[in-house]
Amino acid sequence: MEILGHLSDGIFTALEPLNIALMLVGVALGLFIGAMPGLGSVNGVAILLPATFLVPPTSAMIFLAAIYYGAMYGGAISSITLGIPGASTAVATTFDGRPMALKGRADLALVTAAVASFVGGTVANVLFTAFAPPLAQVALDFGDPEIFALMLLAFATFIGLGGDDIPKTLFSICFGLVMAAVGLDIMTGEPRLVFGDITGFMHGINFLVLAIGVYGIGEMLWTIDSTRGEMTMTGAVLTVRGILRAIKETAKGWRGMTIGSFLGFFVGILPAAGATPGSLMSYGITKMLDKHPESYGKGNINGISAPESANNSASTGAMLPMLTLGIPGSPTTAILLGGMVIWGLQPGPLLFANQTEFVWGLVGWFYISNFFALIVNLAFIPLFIWMLRMPFTVLAPMIFVLSIVGGFAATQDMHDIWLMLLFGIGAYLLRKLDYPVAPAVLAIVLGPIAEPKLRQSLLFSSGDPMIFLERPIAGPITVIAIFLILLPLFNLIWKKMKPKPAPSL
Amino acid sequence: MAISRRHILGIAGALGVTAMVAGLPGTAAAWEPNKPIDFIIMAGKGGGADKMARLMQAIIEQEKLSSKPLVPVNKSGGSGAEALIAAKSASDPDHTIMVTLNSFFTTPLRQPKLGIDIMEFAPVGRMAEDTFLLWVHKDSGIKTFEEFLTKAKADGNKWVMGGTGKAQEDELLTEFLNNNFGLKIKYVPYKGGGEVAKQLAGKQLNSTVNNPSEALGFYESGDVVPILSFTAERLPLFPNVPTMKEKGKDFAYGMQRAVVGAPGMSADALKYYENLFSKVYKSAKWQAYRKKQSLFGDELNGDPLKAYWKEQVDRHRKMLVDMGAIK
Repeated sequence: MEILGHLSDGIFTALEPLNIALMLVGVALGLFIGAMPGLGSVNGVAILLPATFLVPPTSAMIFLAAIYYGAMYGGAISSITLGIPGASTAVATTFDGRPMALKGRADLALVTAAVASFVGGTVANVLFTAFAPPLAQVALDFGDPEIFALMLLAFATFIGLGGDDIPKTLFSICFGLVMAAVGLDIMTGEPRLVFGDITGFMHGINFLVLAIGVYGIGEMLWTIDSTRGEMTMTGAVLTVRGILRAIKETAKGWRGMTIGSFLGFFVGILPAAGATPGSLMSYGITKMLDKHPESYGKGNINGISAPESANNSASTGAMLPMLTLGIPGSPTTAILLGGMVIWGLQPGPLLFANQTEFVWGLVGWFYISNFFALIVNLAFIPLFIWMLRMPFTVLAPMIFVLSIVGGFAATQDMHDIWLMLLFGIGAYLLRKLDYPVAPAVLAIVLGPIAEPKLRQSLLFSSGDPMIFLERPIAGPITVIAIFLILLPLFNLIWKKMKPKPAPSL
Repeated sequence: MAISRRHILGIAGALGVTAMVAGLPGTAAAWEPNKPIDFIIMAGKGGGADKMARLMQAIIEQEKLSSKPLVPVNKSGGSGAEALIAAKSASDPDHTIMVTLNSFFTTPLRQPKLGIDIMEFAPVGRMAEDTFLLWVHKDSGIKTFEEFLTKAKADGNKWVMGGTGKAQEDELLTEFLNNNFGLKIKYVPYKGGGEVAKQLAGKQLNSTVNNPSEALGFYESGDVVPILSFTAERLPLFPNVPTMKEKGKDFAYGMQRAVVGAPGMSADALKYYENLFSKVYKSAKWQAYRKKQSLFGDELNGDPLKAYWKEQVDRHRKMLVDMGAIK
């Protein structure tokens, strides 16, 4: 009850005129920062943190929460309209968002993204309110073998029941893993695969460079090739009625929303992960559990609602280890942590006990920010659709320029732009040969998380892989993951066996 | 060119003018950053270096000490190698500074191939020397260093110590314990001290040698217990925790918390940052933090800081040779 009191205090504080104004400005700014390729909530919060010293700490925190949410919503916009992931967290949204926009249903895709984000954020807030302290314990119970098992499960969802050609999927994952291994060895610091000391490879391959290359440049080349520049996407409607109709249709994405909201939150609270793996895993699992996995990647509504609800949910979940353990779950929360230190708050195990009012007030602001983000986002959708009505001959150069800017923004290194162009051409060729590229993107995100966890676990067990099966949490996860990986093989055997008993029936 | 000419004018000018110029921020004479400053952190998020860097950034922003913001970036890869490379290849050394720890000494020693000479870095300022304590989980029941030795000895290489990076401070200390007390503790490296502290609180590890700032949260909540400090004297914050010296080994080990400028930084820019971090050092907030986190080590900059680096490099070279990490 005391918690609810603090929560409503927080909500009322957020509804003061100054705070509402800050929230609207914050959400709108966040939306555009998130929509800019290469810039995500990290950059938004980092750039605007100094501005918050002008207002009282409470208002400042509300402002930052608003930017945080705005950017999470915004990432989907360029993923859908231009096919360039607006932020690392929105990569999975391009998988189905872009094909849907190409079919002329950009309105539905954008509305779904907004509504799914809202649902994900709300579910996460409720979970946070109800279970924060016990969930902090869960985060502590997840050691290295557990995290690795979870990563294995994420890979497994892309193999088992994937619906795509399995050998090609495996190839794509391995390609991504090799790309993820480039750079300095995470544990010893030895340079790996740097192609004769090319310094640009030392910092590794930033996965946004790969994602923008594959989805921005590669997609543009593909579209030019398949339409010869004739295409315009005028199918998108602009009317209020169209948007309302889209809101109704969004309900069809409930499955993805449910999976994304819960899974995203869970992945978010693990300090190693964050919103990007959360959204990719939700996409994989939603696709795996669907009766028609082959419809994904072609504009399935669940393929948009799952990653979008997950990234928002995970972002809220990432606040949990930051507040309770003092360890930020994502780059953005690391910057928010800096902000909190300035206002004299010490995140850590005692924050919930010592700063009850602040913590629950903060959660209250999240509820409100999330709501405002939905409203502002819906209000801007006609503008984004209008952008899509431009002829492709205008849009293509725009995509190209934005891709280059986005690729540069990630690491500020010209080397990465050349790499991105290379990836774009490579992705176009792979697509011509019908290889799925999403697993490669997944691998380059999860590889750097999985690798140190694997090595740390094996150090623990002196090289014995049984550590992944013997531990109470890691064991079941590993078994499920291995089962999923082998599932295509089982299916194959099944099919081979089937014709024999058939005649006897 | 323009800057140096103005400088000559400044020196030639009357004393009063010089004083006025120095007194007015933003006048053309003094070097000022003209864009946001890259603030590289040589360690992972939530670790001691990270917390300290974010506090310094906060002090600078809150007290408006710099006209341009500092943008922190964590580059924790490869025991600091990623950060060293980033600073060395910075396109604009005048706008690139870095928070360093002892991997600033050890990583270039271990990896001559990186081509890093730390003496090329600009000595902006040492803000503190951090301390190390030996921590265990409260559920282990261990209360004294002797009990720790008995248990760790009995467990052999099943006893796991977690720490930051490979052949860095934490592993050096683990190696010291192994060599001097006949232990076989296994060392597992992590990306940052925050993660290490979390792993101990979650009982994934048996012990750590975290800095006080990293373990303080879990210490205050009662999850972890300090049993020994690697300092010359007992820490004011932990008056009941004995030092290594009291246990018969004359050994103390600290960690530099210093800010350095990228190689190739101009003398004017170095002066600006020296001045900036000197102000941070003197601020009430920093002094309070030093006290709360029981940090040692006074402010050092310029040549004395470089001399200190030289001394540290020699010491670490010896430690690494003893450990067998380098020849």
